[in-house]
Amino acid sequence: MGFYLLKRLLLMIPVLLGITIISFTVMKVAPGDPVSLITDLNPNMNEEAIKRIRAHYGLDEPMHVQYLKWLRNMLMLDFGRSFASDNRPVIDKILERIPITLLINALSMSLILIVAIPIGVMSAVKQDSFFDKGTTVFVFLGFAIPTFWLALLLMILFGVQLNWLPISGFRSLHYADLSFAGRILDIAKHLILPIFVSGFGGLAGYSRYMRSNMLEVIRQDYITTARAKGLDETTVIFKHALRNALLPVITLLGLSVPGLIGGSVIFETIFSIPGMGQLFYQSVMMRDYPTIMGILVIGAVLTLLGNLLADLFYSLADPRIRVSG
Amino acid sequence: MKLKEIAILVTLAALCLTTGCGQAPQESKTTAGNQQTPPAAKKQYEPAYGDMIIRGSIGDASVLLPVLVSDSASGEITGLIYNGLVRYDKDIKLEGDLAEKWDISDDKLTIRFFLRKDVKWQDGTPFTSKDVEYTYKLIVDPKTPTAYATDFLKVKEFRVLDDYTVEVTYDKPYAPALGSWGQAMHPSHLLEGKDVTQSPLKRHPIGTGPYKFVEWKTGEKIILDSYHDYFEGRPYIDRVLTRTIPDLATMFLELKAGRVDQMGLTPLQYTRQTDSQLFKENFVKYKYLAFGYSYLGYNLQDWKFKDKKVRQALTTAINRESIVSGVLFGLGKVTDTPFKPDTMWYNHNVKKFPYDPEKAKQMFAEAGWKDTDGDGILDKDGKPFEFTILTNHGNDIRKNAATIIQNDLKKVGIKVHIRVIEWAAFLKNFINKRNFEATLLGWGIGIDPSQIDIWNSKKTGETQLNFITYQNPEVDQLLDDGAATYDPEERKKYYDKFQEIIAEDQPYTFLFVQDSLPVTSSRFHGIEPAAAGIMYNFIKWYVPKPLQKYHIEP
Repeated sequence: MGFYLLKRLLLMIPVLLGITIISFTVMKVAPGDPVSLITDLNPNMNEEAIKRIRAHYGLDEPMHVQYLKWLRNMLMLDFGRSFASDNRPVIDKILERIPITLLINALSMSLILIVAIPIGVMSAVKQDSFFDKGTTVFVFLGFAIPTFWLALLLMILFGVQLNWLPISGFRSLHYADLSFAGRILDIAKHLILPIFVSGFGGLAGYSRYMRSNMLEVIRQDYITTARAKGLDETTVIFKHALRNALLPVITLLGLSVPGLIGGSVIFETIFSIPGMGQLFYQSVMMRDYPTIMGILVIGAVLTLLGNLLADLFYSLADPRIRVSG
Repeated sequence: MKLKEIAILVTLAALCLTTGCGQAPQESKTTAGNQQTPPAAKKQYEPAYGDMIIRGSIGDASVLLPVLVSDSASGEITGLIYNGLVRYDKDIKLEGDLAEKWDISDDKLTIRFFLRKDVKWQDGTPFTSKDVEYTYKLIVDPKTPTAYATDFLKVKEFRVLDDYTVEVTYDKPYAPALGSWGQAMHPSHLLEGKDVTQSPLKRHPIGTGPYKFVEWKTGEKIILDSYHDYFEGRPYIDRVLTRTIPDLATMFLELKAGRVDQMGLTPLQYTRQTDSQLFKENFVKYKYLAFGYSYLGYNLQDWKFKDKKVRQALTTAINRESIVSGVLFGLGKVTDTPFKPDTMWYNHNVKKFPYDPEKAKQMFAEAGWKDTDGDGILDKDGKPFEFTILTNHGNDIRKNAATIIQNDLKKVGIKVHIRVIEWAAFLKNFINKRNFEATLLGWGIGIDPSQIDIWNSKKTGETQLNFITYQNPEVDQLLDDGAATYDPEERKKYYDKFQEIIAEDQPYTFLFVQDSLPVTSSRFHGIEPAAAGIMYNFIKWYVPKPLQKYHIEP
């Protein structure tokens, strides 16, 4: 087991290197750079000023030199400074945005699991029933409705008409004056709409996945055996079937780890939440190379770790695929 | 407001980047005009200190050290914290700001500034000529990554005469020089000898202005409090809170819910969504022309557009009024020259080409374009009249205007394609490489009328602004003369002639100037719309005691 783990971790290094090389190249091949965005079509700019700014960012050097410099800093865990005009350390920009994105995504992920797994199980058990068809329509509705549209409608209803919930942001303007409990309540109120909207959209995937896993499992021989033993249906479904049907969900969860810090542009823009999605989008639009690379590296590491964790948990949960050694 | 914001505005392109392109420009990004909506009749109230204004902004600021600022969101904040030596008043005339007065030598080469003696930086240090000297050196320092060096590199000599007098000398008379000193002054005692790109002042600015920095939560809000020792007196409104709300629909909902006091409306919101009685009671809408115009520019290297007769015919064939009414809901104005129609520089007597498809057909025929093969498309030398209008992605107003033009030109027998391309790729692969036939774009209109960079024959190199390759020695001369003339009346003659030539040549089809559409909560009093917009007298805005909504602990 220890050897397996070591091997997997070592294998991550060339994969990561490959990912960064490809990302760096694609990013550089895309037209435009942070300097041209400031200087193009700007009457205040002359050749000399443009050269000066390019040199300031190190963009006057050949691409491979730029990459190697970036890699060298990266090996010392230095993410560099942003090319956006704030010029702040990339790591600061990422760290100040991760908590809120992580909080929202973790909560909405939990919401999805809490709702989707029972829906999936019940739909499978009562296949083709009214409940099955009803929830199918419901979850696909959530999948199909554009997030921004649903968000705006809910904002008009709860924010403007009823005035029950805040419309945007994740804390009130007087947040600093609140007591500890008041702050938690304040953030909770701000998060209700975002979490509901993102959770509603994500239901379909997990519930349908759960349903098909469950359908497969309850057709297995051992379920028939369990029933033949005279076990009651609840025990059969929730003890024997569910545990096996949940196994593939582990893989999905492993894959969703990087998504936890990913954030979504549309959703964060609508709710004015300064999260990772917005940061990444703005960085791409501004050709802020260090920030883009920083986010990509963190995403790549988390994806690889997520895969590894999923494999490990899988082998823990399912003796059949336990690795020897 | 302050000059630096206007300086930031130099290109609509820059503005477009920070506002998400095509959304209505925000109130203080654009500053002049007339024909504002008269504010509803108000009861007479006494000015009072207190309360807070919450402004909505689509983008967060990026840096608050003026010399490094290149986006309007940052410029709007630093405009309240810093001052320049001069500024534009409500009628867009230069007046003293940190400089009490100035003398211009008879040969127009030297300007001597007399500084105010009662100005203190927000940390208590007196403001002196040392700060002016430092700011000048900072801007011209090749190591400073700033967008404002061009004007200051023209200075031949900078001299400090005493603590409150400085003198600058230029090689040759340069009319935009005086206005360029509206650039914000930086505190030498905090920055001297340090690398400004690493300075803590980038996120904790200290200026001489009416508001001082309190707090900045990235992507969320920036708080400024009034500076009680401001040299023009304490501003009435105690706090200015700028919220970053990247989505205009969300911002509008926050406005209606009372959690935003001021924002810029889109033409759609202005005309269709602000009519309720409740809205009219709680908000006041303003409307004035923005400092920028949109145009259809023809690549003059392309054989189809070389003949000015063809370009005149194209303008005649395009129904510009219908673009203003259809795309801008009437909130804008057709323009015929590259100046703002309500300023003194605009020449109303230039040759015009009003919409007339029949006449356009005739003009095309005179230029040799006829439909000889009967396929409904004009042709010449066996080649059909067909071209592509390029414009940038994310600006619906431009895209829609292009569609109307496409339809108008179809009626006279010209086949037009529209291609919308992401901004950076658009500039790099098409505009800078001169790889386009026609392009729909916009320019910001600077307060100073100098437009050399856009029209000079030599400014045609890659990344330079005369990308349509307009070359006319007479125009070059007129613009050079204009820039070297100080007296406005004298100067206007050159620009009048320049506009006549441009109108005759039609290198662009000038399309329209959009309106700025700010809206403000009606509890704010003292707003007096003028040529410069509404923000110029912000420190005189107040909320009468009985209407105050927020209590700010001093």
